[in-house]
Amino acid sequence: MSKINLTKIDWTSISILSLLIVLGLGNIYSSSQAYLLESLLNYNTFTKQLVFVILSIVIFLFIQFLPFSFFIRYSSLLYIFSIISLICLFVFGNEVNGALAWYQFNGFSLQPSEFAKPITALALAKYLSDINSNLKTIQTQFYSFLIVLIPIILIGIQPDPGTIIVFLSFILVFYKVGLPSLYMNLFVGFILLFFTTIIFTPKYVLAFLILLVLIFIFFKKNMIKKTLIYGTVFSLFVLSVDFIFNNVFEQRHRDRFNVVIGLEQDNRGVGYNSNQSRIAFASGGILGEGFLKGSQTRGKFVPEQHTDYIFSTVGEEWGFLGATFIIFLYTYLMLRISKRADLQRNLFSKIYSYSTVTIIFTHYFINIGMVIGLVPTIGIPLPFLSYGGSNLMAFILLFAIYIKLDSQRTSKW
Amino acid sequence: MKNKLLPFLIILSSFIFILRLFWVQLIDINDVKLSNKNSVEKVYNFPERGYVFDRNDRLIVGNELFYDLMIIPAELKPIDTLEFCKILKIAKTTLIDKINKAKKYSRVKPSVFLSQISKTDYAIIQEKLWKYKGFSVRKKSNRNYLLNSASNILGYISEVNDYEVKDNSYYESGELIGRQGIEKSYEKKLRGLKGVSYFEKDNFNRTTGSYKEGVYDTLLKPAKNINLTIDSNLQIYGDSLMVNKFGSIVAIEPESGEILSLINAPSFDPNLLIGRERSTNYLKLKNDTIGKPLFDRGLQGMYPPGSTFKLINGLIALQEDVITPSTKILCNAGHFYSNKRFMKCHCKPGTYNDLNKAIYNSCNTYFATIYKKTIEKYSSSKQGVDNWKNHVNSFGLGNYLGYDHPLGQPGLIPDSKYYDKWYPNNRWRAATTISNGIGQGEILTTPIQLGNIAASIANRGWFITPHFVKKISNDSIKFKYREKKYSSIDSIHFEKIVQGMYDVIEKGTAQNSKIRGIEIVGKTGTAENFIKIDDVRKQLTDHSIFIGFAPKENPKIAIAVFIENGYWGTRWAAPIASLMMEKYLNKKVERKYLEKYIFNGNLMNEYLKPYTKSNFSINE
Repeated sequence: MSKINLTKIDWTSISILSLLIVLGLGNIYSSSQAYLLESLLNYNTFTKQLVFVILSIVIFLFIQFLPFSFFIRYSSLLYIFSIISLICLFVFGNEVNGALAWYQFNGFSLQPSEFAKPITALALAKYLSDINSNLKTIQTQFYSFLIVLIPIILIGIQPDPGTIIVFLSFILVFYKVGLPSLYMNLFVGFILLFFTTIIFTPKYVLAFLILLVLIFIFFKKNMIKKTLIYGTVFSLFVLSVDFIFNNVFEQRHRDRFNVVIGLEQDNRGVGYNSNQSRIAFASGGILGEGFLKGSQTRGKFVPEQHTDYIFSTVGEEWGFLGATFIIFLYTYLMLRISKRADLQRNLFSKIYSYSTVTIIFTHYFINIGMVIGLVPTIGIPLPFLSYGGSNLMAFILLFAIYIKLDSQRTSKW
Repeated sequence: MKNKLLPFLIILSSFIFILRLFWVQLIDINDVKLSNKNSVEKVYNFPERGYVFDRNDRLIVGNELFYDLMIIPAELKPIDTLEFCKILKIAKTTLIDKINKAKKYSRVKPSVFLSQISKTDYAIIQEKLWKYKGFSVRKKSNRNYLLNSASNILGYISEVNDYEVKDNSYYESGELIGRQGIEKSYEKKLRGLKGVSYFEKDNFNRTTGSYKEGVYDTLLKPAKNINLTIDSNLQIYGDSLMVNKFGSIVAIEPESGEILSLINAPSFDPNLLIGRERSTNYLKLKNDTIGKPLFDRGLQGMYPPGSTFKLINGLIALQEDVITPSTKILCNAGHFYSNKRFMKCHCKPGTYNDLNKAIYNSCNTYFATIYKKTIEKYSSSKQGVDNWKNHVNSFGLGNYLGYDHPLGQPGLIPDSKYYDKWYPNNRWRAATTISNGIGQGEILTTPIQLGNIAASIANRGWFITPHFVKKISNDSIKFKYREKKYSSIDSIHFEKIVQGMYDVIEKGTAQNSKIRGIEIVGKTGTAENFIKIDDVRKQLTDHSIFIGFAPKENPKIAIAVFIENGYWGTRWAAPIASLMMEKYLNKKVERKYLEKYIFNGNLMNEYLKPYTKSNFSINE
């Protein structure tokens, strides 16, 4: 048991987090309230979440009492354990909503991929903070990519696209710690090309690429070779995206993209969630309809409202002001952790803190973007607010370790 | 760049999120309406449409309830189909068919299972309905016209069209609105105000309670009942007199301006324009291009007033002091009103007429001459004509009368500008407009305007704007319909004119229209009229016209009768007017011979002439 220095603990972040959890409980209560006898069962949702919150507090405290060295020493072991738990899903797991992602025992279920997030962050921190690691070398690049790629592959088989994206976002951490820009350029280029190809069809994107290449060759004669390589790679990517989108993706995936991109309007089918969520926001107006008074929420028109679509409850019952307030809380929390990570002298803690922000940010970005109709529908919870035991506890674990590492900022070991 | 990337992304995305929230929650909020469709159900409570009574409190327009049996498939429970089919008098296969059809439409929304169930069937169904979950009864109401008459006055109601829904926030599609006549002009009174209740619904379309404890709910405001000024007995009697004739009868109570009857012939049963057959019936009426039953001749027909207009010219001449009642004017079976132009008259050559004789003999020479005198009293014909026009206007001619019916025409009373346009550079004189003196030429009036002239003369110089509504529940009618409007003629001049009109019946042109025991007064008219057939102007048989009132002192009824192409005023219009007066004043008609003559009178051949024969004779 290590000693806890109360003055060094990031109380501000803890306060914000606690506030988010309390607000989350309120909104979960509202979106699962029962005013019809047959839906009384839904009271379980709130009580269950309350139990998870208490469990999370226990986890949080437990982490704080662990010695700092524990995380460095056992991160590899935890990682291996986590990978095994993902593999064992294919034997012992249960399928929920089409994804083989859950262990179920006695009414409680556990999603190992949620816990894989903080544990992978620990493993990466451990590997990258090693004196021999240098992301400029192919070897380090290979191993660090591998650390992320193994869970990605295992989760990809389940399949759980939301979580894959979270793991892909570790590239931001790599970039920050020293990954050459080339990778980032390719990554961003690929993302942009992916969407533009779907929206404008490959014909036009390729034409635009060729035009761009010609301009570069003409004006920057010293970069001809580089330009041609990028051009070829991107062109091949565009063609493969077209192939994958039309041949590998299933229609339901294509529909989701098309609805968000606006190529399709389908308020009764795939677009139903987005549309109902939209209506909830609109009926909230500036001040909202009030706690427990949102008519869309009460009528349960927004599917999955207490989990992935919890933010639409905020939008309807607390209005523009309430929703903006939540956004401010997240923004402040993430910026604060990011800033404290910059000040961190210990590389292990620094990398881990970056990972924490990145994971929270990816969830935040995709979830809220999806709920307000900017991002395709991808099942991913809003950290601390959404209903769900595994994700809440995993996030608390992630956050608790950050608090622990952060409180030891100046300690020498 | 490397160090700032993550904070930059965080701030950028939060910024975009807030902008997006601003857009979604505060700007682009048309979806709130959608939300109301989704989670809030608006239920309207309609007040029953107001009843319409005649002036004697006889109900002429009521409402009839229809019942639709509604079904919500999701709420169906196993039922005793045998009994159910027996109650509804349907086969079991029909039952299954209909349920499947309803399921196809929606499982949770109500749809019509059986429509327009009669009251007796409804009584049986209602008793057993509790047994059959998922079935309910929806009440609907429609107009019920108890009088097979007055369709032109009453108008009709039908569902609002898309434009009305867009223009008027009150109506929603499927609701009923007054389309014509009283139904239209008193729409707001007759419909009342619908109440609204909001209910909250869940995603299975189940009502979960009142929305926000009913703070947005409003109570309905009951409709008002209306008493028309119409005497339904007189109205029906008028219809019977007008069988096989085209034209109009307008009867007005002079002292109140109340329209006792307005008959448009040919007429149609107002019940044709309600219910499911409405649109086909409407098309049939609209496609009758000869009879034009939807064209209200009494309000919309603009005709030359003919000799009846001589009364107005006589009054103006007296007022302008260009004649006295004893002024005598020579008629030589007509006269030269300018060097070469001769106007014919049916007086014997060498007849000297004073005002009285001129009226009862309807002397063209006399009235043309005094009209010319009236115009030439002023230094310029322009001034003369405009002055004359102002007098005429004061009788409600040349403009919309202002009654409470949506249809109408202003008629035409020409002024100096009108003639300037046709005869520029001062090329016209009083003689140019001479036809005005005998009610021909440019002048056009509607039958209700003629009726108003009769009422004005009956009142010796004033009238109250004619109107159709006597009472609206407990509200009094508008001040406009109680206010006396004075003509520009002094009341002393009227007695002479009235005496002349009395002699029209006693020894003049309308002796066939006397009623024993009632002193009636009037003036016949015979108006030339023309039609264009294949761009050729053709003269048709003259219109038969009569205006008058009775009794001579304290008049109770003023009347104008206009029979299209009936030839002499004496032939049709005068007897019809006198029968109407007798019916109204004595409540029964004793002159059966005259009644029979009118009942049997048939002018249909006259109306078909222009359509069937290329060369036809007129004024037979």
